[in-house]
Amino acid sequence: MKELNELNLPENIKYTKDHEWIDLSKDLVTIGINDYAQDQLGEIVFVELPEVGDTFSQGDEFGSVESVKAVSEIYIPISGEITQINEALEDAPELVNESCYDKGWLIKIKPSDPSQTKDLLDKAAYLKMLKG
Amino acid sequence: MRYLPHTKEDIESMLQITGHKTLENLFDSIPQNLKTNTGINIPDSLSEWDLNSHMIELASKNIPNKNYKYFIGAGSYDHYIPSIIPYLISRSEFMTAYTPYQPEIGQGTLQGIYEFQTMVAQLLGMDIATASHYDGGTALAEAALISLRTHKTANTVAVSNLVHPSHRQIIQTYLRPTQFKMVQIPSTKDGKTDLKALKSMDDLAGICVQSPNFFGNIEDFKQVRQICTDKNALMIASFTEALSYGLLKNPGGFGADIVAGEGQSLGISKSFGGPGLGLLTGTQKQMRNLPGRLVGKTKDINGKRGYVLTLATREQHIRREKATSNICSNNGLCAMTAGIYLATTGKIGIRKIAQLNHDKAIYLQNSLKEVGFIPAFNTPFFNEFVMKVPKGFKTKRNALAKKQSIFAGIDLEPFYPELKNHYLFCATETISKEDIDHLAKEVTS
Amino acid sequence: MTNKPGIGGLKFNESEVWDRSKKGRCAISLPKSDVKESRLDNSLIGDVPDLPQLSELDVVRHYTHLSQWNFGIDSGMYPLGSCTMKYNPKTNEIQANRQGFAAAHPFCGDQFSQGALKLMHTLETFLAHITGFDAVTVQPAAGAHGELTGMLMIHKYHEKNGRQRSKIIIPDTAHGTNPASASLCGYDSVKVSSGPNGILEPDAIAAVMDEDTAGIMITNPNTLGLFENNIKKITDIVHAKGGLVYGDGANMNAIMGVVKPGEIGIDVLHLNLHKTFSTPHGGGGPGAGPVAVNKILEPFLPVPRIVKETTKDKETYKFITHSPDTIGRMHTFYGHFGVLVRAYSYILSLGGKGLCDVSKLAVLNANYIKEKLKGTLNLPYDLPCMHECVFNDRIQKEFGITTMDMAKRLLDYGFHPPTIYFPLVVDGAFMVEPTETESKESIDQFIDAVESIAKEAKTNPEILKSAPHITKVTRLDEVTAARKPCLKG
Repeated sequence: MKELNELNLPENIKYTKDHEWIDLSKDLVTIGINDYAQDQLGEIVFVELPEVGDTFSQGDEFGSVESVKAVSEIYIPISGEITQINEALEDAPELVNESCYDKGWLIKIKPSDPSQTKDLLDKAAYLKMLKG
Repeated sequence: MRYLPHTKEDIESMLQITGHKTLENLFDSIPQNLKTNTGINIPDSLSEWDLNSHMIELASKNIPNKNYKYFIGAGSYDHYIPSIIPYLISRSEFMTAYTPYQPEIGQGTLQGIYEFQTMVAQLLGMDIATASHYDGGTALAEAALISLRTHKTANTVAVSNLVHPSHRQIIQTYLRPTQFKMVQIPSTKDGKTDLKALKSMDDLAGICVQSPNFFGNIEDFKQVRQICTDKNALMIASFTEALSYGLLKNPGGFGADIVAGEGQSLGISKSFGGPGLGLLTGTQKQMRNLPGRLVGKTKDINGKRGYVLTLATREQHIRREKATSNICSNNGLCAMTAGIYLATTGKIGIRKIAQLNHDKAIYLQNSLKEVGFIPAFNTPFFNEFVMKVPKGFKTKRNALAKKQSIFAGIDLEPFYPELKNHYLFCATETISKEDIDHLAKEVTS
Repeated sequence: MTNKPGIGGLKFNESEVWDRSKKGRCAISLPKSDVKESRLDNSLIGDVPDLPQLSELDVVRHYTHLSQWNFGIDSGMYPLGSCTMKYNPKTNEIQANRQGFAAAHPFCGDQFSQGALKLMHTLETFLAHITGFDAVTVQPAAGAHGELTGMLMIHKYHEKNGRQRSKIIIPDTAHGTNPASASLCGYDSVKVSSGPNGILEPDAIAAVMDEDTAGIMITNPNTLGLFENNIKKITDIVHAKGGLVYGDGANMNAIMGVVKPGEIGIDVLHLNLHKTFSTPHGGGGPGAGPVAVNKILEPFLPVPRIVKETTKDKETYKFITHSPDTIGRMHTFYGHFGVLVRAYSYILSLGGKGLCDVSKLAVLNANYIKEKLKGTLNLPYDLPCMHECVFNDRIQKEFGITTMDMAKRLLDYGFHPPTIYFPLVVDGAFMVEPTETESKESIDQFIDAVESIAKEAKTNPEILKSAPHITKVTRLDEVTAARKPCLKG
């Protein structure tokens, strides 16, 4: 498993304490699990995603990521409606391991409450949390 | 005691290592007030000789005459079990192994169960078969729960009242503490599920119909499928006589979403009702909703073909309180037995045996008709059917059972109070024409 | 090199069963039909299932070859923690296969099933004596099925009392079936951690127990092989708030004749006949999971129940289905009767005193292994253990060796590995349960093997990482198996 200094944590996105990432730079917000989460889980064999049109409130479980012997629930960092899911993951869940910020994204949502973004962590704050 | 290998010297030298004076001292860490002082009130050890005598005596109280004849089924069927089945299944490598969590030394069980899954899927016409459940009733209860868990709005499952009465009771038991409900679909005068009544039921997550049903009659799965589609409910087909699908069009062929039932007919002894074999199968779409173990094919790191337990994240040992079910084991040895049975009968044998069952049942029904029994329904059946019996039959039936170990039909009144004097008869390939002629003679005289 | 039981051996290739198929073969003997063929309407008839076509010897060779790739208790020591892999006596098979039992139809009626009913009733009485409870049902088909039965009874008990509760307390050492069974009853699991000594502390239970909690599920001895010494205080705390105590009897093999769960505040307990009472595991089942209860819960037992009626000149047994507070039916018929026959025959063979010896020797064997191996492997809880002891890989990690590597290497030495990575509270757990039927010689051989592997971990770690070497296949690609499931041929 990776040491903390080996983790790939881009500066331009935000993180949650449950190891999701969220890209707020466009109108449609993209969400995935970060490098730390995919590394901890190991080889991912299945990703369970919601359906387009489902709505979730901040902190709701919206899906799960599975390795051979573990399941991790994934929680939505901010409230919103699902507008797109990464369908490629159905046949190629390994994309989450190989490219968690790019080809391995999970969902895109239309946020319903922009004020919630203040709870999100930037890279430095997230790393600080990991270090405990 | 011959199972306990420790000599006095062994015990002494081992206690020296553990630092205890006596065997009793091994339990010193348990507070005295928690220990029992009531002993175990069970008789002294029996020698194997005495055990044999005792068990022969007990067993003889069950079936007094060893030339028993069963004209009864109702979920447990008297089929011929070829000699190679008990012989092969007794191999201790199958019998005394644990669940193959170490696949490198469990390939025998794993490949055997993979082949079982394949042949069961083939028999029922489904994409995926699990590695088995406890019995038909518990498998069906799991099927009902799948439909209820996965449906977005409905919280009711409709179950035909011609599904095996015990199966319906198990579903009730499983659903009672939940927010889910079971409603029963009535039956028609033809001894089939009343599909008109079903059409008027709404908000259903699943619809469960057994075929051949408890009366032995063949249901109209084509219509059931249509109704399920119209109502956006999962179609759950069930059965208690697995061999019928050696002859009948299978539920997968009609587009069932889940098929669950009892596989005891596939080489497993009746054994007073258990262990049997719960079969639970689904379409590809249901793969991750199916509870219970699944074996998958893969390769080892040298590229050699091998098998493992897979998709384990659905199960309790990983997902704990969020698992698809609490089931841990499967009836592995019974599944292996069924696998061997299906390989033994094969494509040729299974059709012949199934046809033979049907032929004998028809002959039995005709013979009973000639001596005053009246068919309750005029509906095609496989190897079971309902007859209205002549006056005085009950007494004759008991005498036959007592004197000759012939069991002629099951009284349906306890299950369906409106069916007074109606009995459920069954004939399998183990019944000869002579047996049937004898029965017909006995019930007339 | 130590004198190990496992060496290489002749291994056969064996294809999948349908690859042996040749059109026209059939391995079953079919009688000549003595009645006329009756055709069903064509619309009802299906295609013939495409099953393999084999001769009888094809079938025998195929399954014989498969069996040779398996390891069973009869092959060698199987110290799988929490599973109680003791010797399965052969006489029990003979008894269960007697025609009177194996050919008994479940609907013959009580009058013609007296042998079966008497056996089940007597077994219930035996199990009640062993566990200290008032009543037993032998209907549940497996341990997990027994758990569900017990939890349904607790649920119904609270319902009958007029107020349902929403939670259940479950220790972090519990089997996964515990929380899963509680979920099926609609209870949320409240996890409590065991204390620094690996057992539950009364304060931790008192902190979470309230009047919205249905009870607690406790495994005693727990999955660390330790006896829950605070059990009485804990059951008092739970009872004081109106809760009930569920006992997971998976580890009953440690305490027969020493502790009776029914006497120390447990309200309901399931047993695993395939563990404590030696019925074969069958490569995954069938087992049986009888449930024992005290007077409070007796009315809720599943139906049918068996009752004995004694008149002047005879005893008769019968099923009763009418029981107003019952949770209902759990099995299509009466449970795994064939398994019950084996357990009954085992209990009679051992006798009351023999069963007490079983527990003493099981605990002796485990403590012996614990003492002998505790320098070789790390022992997170160095306390007197019951029937099993839990080590881990802390010492070997220094050489990059994990519990998994040691387990796989044990295969090359001819042993089934212990349970690994369970209980979850021990990182890299290596859980050894020798059972009472292993002799000192086989245990010493196992100890030698583990010591030898620990040496290899230092001197030749590669041989562990690439183990096993002499099995039919080596480590399997479980990732691809789960990503692209291939569940049939």
